[in-house]
Amino acid sequence: VDLQPTPEQQQLVDAFRSLYAKESALERVRSAEPGGFDADLWRTLSDSGAVTMAIPEERPYGGGATLLDLALVAEQHGRHLAPAPLIEAQVAARLLSELESNASDELLRQVAESGRLVTIALRRPRAGVARLVPGAAVASEVVVPEGGRLLCLPLDANRRPVANLGCMQLADVELPTGIDPVATGTRVSQLWTTAIDEWMALSAAALVGLAARALELAVDYVKERAAFGVTVGTFQAVAHRLADCATALDGARLLAYEAAWAQIHEPRRFPELSAMSFAFASQTAREITYWSMHFHGGYGVMVEYDIQLYFRRARAWPAVLADPGTIYQWIADRRRARRRG
Amino acid sequence: VDFSLGHDADAVRIEARSFLAEALTPELKARMHRTGTHWNPDFTQRLRERGWIAPGWEEEFGGQGWDPLQVQVLAEELRFAFAPMYGISTTLTAASALRHLGTAKQKAEVLPRAVRGEIVIALGWTEPECGSDLAAAKTRAVRDRDGWRINGQKMFTTNAHVADYIFVLARTNPDVPKHDGLTTFLVPTDQPGVEVQELRTISGERTNIVFFGDARVPDSYRVGEVDKGWSVMGVALTYERTYAHGADSLRLLRTAETWGESTIDDAGRTVAEDPAVSAEIGRTATEAEVALLLGRRTAWVAETGKLPGVEGSMAKLFSSEALVRQAESWFGLLGPDAVRCSTEPVGEPDSVEEMIRFAQASTVYGGTSEIQRGIIAHRGLGLPRSR
Repeated sequence: VDLQPTPEQQQLVDAFRSLYAKESALERVRSAEPGGFDADLWRTLSDSGAVTMAIPEERPYGGGATLLDLALVAEQHGRHLAPAPLIEAQVAARLLSELESNASDELLRQVAESGRLVTIALRRPRAGVARLVPGAAVASEVVVPEGGRLLCLPLDANRRPVANLGCMQLADVELPTGIDPVATGTRVSQLWTTAIDEWMALSAAALVGLAARALELAVDYVKERAAFGVTVGTFQAVAHRLADCATALDGARLLAYEAAWAQIHEPRRFPELSAMSFAFASQTAREITYWSMHFHGGYGVMVEYDIQLYFRRARAWPAVLADPGTIYQWIADRRRARRRG
Repeated sequence: VDFSLGHDADAVRIEARSFLAEALTPELKARMHRTGTHWNPDFTQRLRERGWIAPGWEEEFGGQGWDPLQVQVLAEELRFAFAPMYGISTTLTAASALRHLGTAKQKAEVLPRAVRGEIVIALGWTEPECGSDLAAAKTRAVRDRDGWRINGQKMFTTNAHVADYIFVLARTNPDVPKHDGLTTFLVPTDQPGVEVQELRTISGERTNIVFFGDARVPDSYRVGEVDKGWSVMGVALTYERTYAHGADSLRLLRTAETWGESTIDDAGRTVAEDPAVSAEIGRTATEAEVALLLGRRTAWVAETGKLPGVEGSMAKLFSSEALVRQAESWFGLLGPDAVRCSTEPVGEPDSVEEMIRFAQASTVYGGTSEIQRGIIAHRGLGLPRSR
């Protein structure tokens, strides 16, 4: 166990922290609402290689980042509430790079060279519609499974953007018939499951970043704000809740890093750990933003105060996959599957 | 960032499992269960033969110089097996304080015997009127020729009935602020002035009240300077608080998963397939993982040469509070059968019935959750001290 980032990891974190500080300041986050997409930020991310870094080194344009590297980036992404579907684009690019077909390679070339945005549906379509697909309101294509086939569907008139709590770029997507699949057969389900596991681990890291910043806002506020002649942070009723929040946050961060690390180092446990990290980070981000907003008093629910930006996203980001209760059931299933070998 | 425990720690885990499967006999567990005493001389000797009593200590002090992660992994396995370790851990807490602050004579006399498991040291810290406020101790120590005379009472002095010494926090000066008039002593128990009275917890564990009536202790068994006992406690408490309950959650999880997969409901399915049961298995497993990670982080901080104050408090707070939540939740999921108590004086070890009893104390001893939250808020978040 070594919880110190390597010099390379630290460099990566520093680089993205300063990119987001410049290109995803809270004024930019606010002005991108309600659609939740900042095209300039996306161009900057894309030009800096934030998408192609996710592609394995041996593939064209591959940056060769590990899932742990991507988790460190995702933490900064979440911390700055970045209005761009980076995690979805990274996960979709990793999946496409596994296909090794002419069509997928051509798409990846466009992703790499012209910042083409390809996203991924997190849930299987029902009755010909993939619902609440993150990034789909602004992406050019969406990767989506249909039965035993994997489609890479161009997005156009077939999408309906959905206004939502977290100002995410969500859309419902209709699946036309007669589209040629990019993959078929048994590997579809494997590719698909891995992509969702990766999305869970990276989203966990993003939620950790979001929650960390929300907790800082609360701590700063209760150190300044006075009531009954003392600063609010003096009260145990406040301080002890924040201690619980800080503890859960550290646990969520360790678990998110461990899950991302496990993809290479403990692959047998990766499906279980990615789900654990996602469920725990979802729950923790909700708790922390609740208490942070609560300790802001009435100001907390005012639109002008920043904590509401974190509060809404803490709930919406993970909800488009599933709630923690459902994820906990998946974990039990995955433990059973692992025990049975 | 790397989460692998390393080859050495993996080897420790494998060795510990096979050792425990053999050394922790049903007779030994039954005896622990009956007496409530988590100290066993035979088992302690078996650990000693492997150098597993204080493996993290340097070789000059009788250890093996293991790194903290190896020590942590061994502790996880001992805890998962619920081996009789309380007597060893209080002895090592006191011995760790001696290593930092004891005289050369004290180290020479006490440390080798502590590491060989030949002596037990119990912790005489809290009192009937103190609770978590240890500095409020009223037990008096007054000078008496070349030594000291001790009068007063100590509470929850676990293993005092098998201890050779009690590490006593006593008041040597009542006329100064409470933190400035305390001194610590290693009081021998084989004297008429020390009387031990049994107390039982609801989970069947035995602890004690200790009465000191003109008990004597030579000045050479004073630990640290006179009236500087609170700084000795600062060191000792850091060692006491490094414990986390992740392995206890894993025991509960094993019980729950076994129950879930071996119990058939009215529809002929295993209860593990019930959504509520399944979700709680996932949640318990997740919290156990977090508790283990927080505990390993504490070990990692120690490995980097720092005292893991806030990190230790977080591990203790999270793991004990999670254990309580899990035990309560499983108690509900088991339905009416959860109340059954199959053995005396309390339920089968690792049963939910036993965990309900056991978990409750975990948020109190070693510093209550409120004490831990105060440490995290003040030292970790930089909030003002609160009351």
